[in-house]
Amino acid sequence: MGRRVAIGGTIAVVIVFAAAVFFVKRGLPTFGRQPASKAAAAAPAVPAPPGRKIKARLFYVADEGTRLTSVERDVAYGDSPDDQAREIIAAQVAPVVEPLISAIPPGTTLRAVFITKSGDAYVDLSREARAAHPGGTVNELLTVYTIVNALTVNLPAVSRVQVLVDGKAVETLSGHVDLRRPLAKNLAWVQ
Amino acid sequence: MNARPISSFPVASTAAFLIVLAAALSSQTAPPPALSLLSKDGRRALPIALVADQEFVALDDLAAAFQLTVREESLGAVTVSYKGKTIVLTPDQALASVAGRLVSLPAPPARNGRRWLVPVEFISRALSLIYDTRLDLRKPSRLLIIGDLRVPRIAVRYDPLGASGRLTIDATPRANAAVTQDAEHLTIKFEADALDAANPPLSAPGSPGLILGVRLVDATTMAVDLGPRFAGFKAASQPVDTTMRLVIDVVATQTDTTTVPTQQAPPPADLPPSFGQPASTFRTIAIDPGHGGDDEGVKSADEAKEKDLTLAIARRIKSVIEARLGLRVLLTRDDDRSVPVDERASVANNNKADLFISLHANGSMRPATSGLSIYVAAFDKEAAQASAGGGERVPTFGGGSREIELVPWDLAQTRHLDQSAAFAELLEQALHDRVPLAPHAVDRAPLRVLESANMPAVLVELGYLTNPEQAKLLATDVFQNTIVQALFDAIVKFRDALPSGGTR
Repeated sequence: MGRRVAIGGTIAVVIVFAAAVFFVKRGLPTFGRQPASKAAAAAPAVPAPPGRKIKARLFYVADEGTRLTSVERDVAYGDSPDDQAREIIAAQVAPVVEPLISAIPPGTTLRAVFITKSGDAYVDLSREARAAHPGGTVNELLTVYTIVNALTVNLPAVSRVQVLVDGKAVETLSGHVDLRRPLAKNLAWVQ
Repeated sequence: MNARPISSFPVASTAAFLIVLAAALSSQTAPPPALSLLSKDGRRALPIALVADQEFVALDDLAAAFQLTVREESLGAVTVSYKGKTIVLTPDQALASVAGRLVSLPAPPARNGRRWLVPVEFISRALSLIYDTRLDLRKPSRLLIIGDLRVPRIAVRYDPLGASGRLTIDATPRANAAVTQDAEHLTIKFEADALDAANPPLSAPGSPGLILGVRLVDATTMAVDLGPRFAGFKAASQPVDTTMRLVIDVVATQTDTTTVPTQQAPPPADLPPSFGQPASTFRTIAIDPGHGGDDEGVKSADEAKEKDLTLAIARRIKSVIEARLGLRVLLTRDDDRSVPVDERASVANNNKADLFISLHANGSMRPATSGLSIYVAAFDKEAAQASAGGGERVPTFGGGSREIELVPWDLAQTRHLDQSAAFAELLEQALHDRVPLAPHAVDRAPLRVLESANMPAVLVELGYLTNPEQAKLLATDVFQNTIVQALFDAIVKFRDALPSGGTR
């Protein structure tokens, strides 16, 4: 009897261990530089007050409504370009109060950011970026170039940005702006 | 219409007979027809599966057709290898790693039982990068051309000129053709391996007794069926950009010309002087009413919808331009339905439209924002270079090489940007004193619907539905008629300023 319990216990331990290994492996990124989703999801909407900060230019809808305006803000310091990119976008998509108006659809959160060696950044936003998008070419251009410019203006390591939604490449957010390719910095959309 | 299974796999390339789906085939009812794989060994079919409106092919079908090795890795990834080069696919990721480089796909790979399905674009975006032979995916024609085959796209158009008529046959990329006549038809033989043409290439030409129709005879030959009024013809070829344009003037018998005129519809009285002159090739305009169906676009505070406004104005434009200018006006949708972006450009491209105008209504987070704006496509430098580089030398069967021009579907607009900007400027001038314009009346932006348009193209944001006053204005007859009149004026000026070759 005691022997049976011992064997049963051993099998249970092995199964638990195997399951743990399996899930840890499943969670590991497949490509060289994958989004670190956990860290991004945990990033608070407002950067934590203690710790080192950098100055970053963030983008909001200008008063005239068809262009962006830039505002300098303190953003938490990131150890690597990926970390810094994540902090900047987390601050950029965080809700703001008037007179600032954000071009990011309400409820949108950052899922992940990763930067390739060639300087293309992939910014993965939650499904609200599409589902809650109010539509219109101007709104969509301002949403997209808020993200593109927030990284290309503040991080020399980033030359182009592609916006992903819910982990996938998308054609557009609301039917107008082509998101199938990474987009370069464009200050024509900034006042 | 097309989905006939091919029972044997003919060796001779002459048996490679292409029938391309007519655009009219309803996408809702019929299952998607197979992709036709065309190589110098002949033609075979590759089944397509539709998952959530996205076309997929099975990886094992691709493996069989292209001698690929497909393996499932322990972490759930799938690798596709060919001659030492590897593509890595990950479930739930709309990305592929192709020999170490990331490529985006329109959808993640999907699993159907034991089979892996990948979006059709996998072939052009991933497989073509590791395969040692050129792969040319022509999605609108459901054609995959393997290797160096000459398969020009063929567009046929008929225009009545008095009692006689003119057939215009465009072959892109350029392919020469010889025209011969026997008792009842003209035979047009192309120097090509196959033709990428609708079947029939032209139906109901609308010339009673003169030309009865145009049909495909074999892989590289078309026939024009002649009626009793046919008296003779004159054919001439002329290159236009990457297209070889064959113009066949068909002359009717004298007796008919004297007796028939009363039966011919008289031309509209206020026709502008240049219409009907053989030199003018500006004939067709595509109007794209933005959004539709579930995609309602921007909504105003009192629930006016962008999709309804764009359709109403598009219909007004069509009736006015067709009646007063005698041009053909195509609508990319004429009812309240959702139309994929690529299909909108396809309607214009497949019908050889000379101008593409997409209609939208704008939205801003700032409710005071107002005014009409006109957008022209913008491309980043790399995309523009990729398109401008266009020409590529490829080996030919008999040895040696020749240059072919490749313009990716997504970059078709790069060749027309100057003319698009010219039209945008004419339209701005026409609108200037008539309706409120936005502070930046003409802008350039990477707009998806314009990028694939293979002709001058603009997107017009008529005004802001998010501005309550402007939303009321947009709904009025006066505003809508003013827009139509301004478009009319700009189109006339644009057409009259074109060289005789038109916009292509």
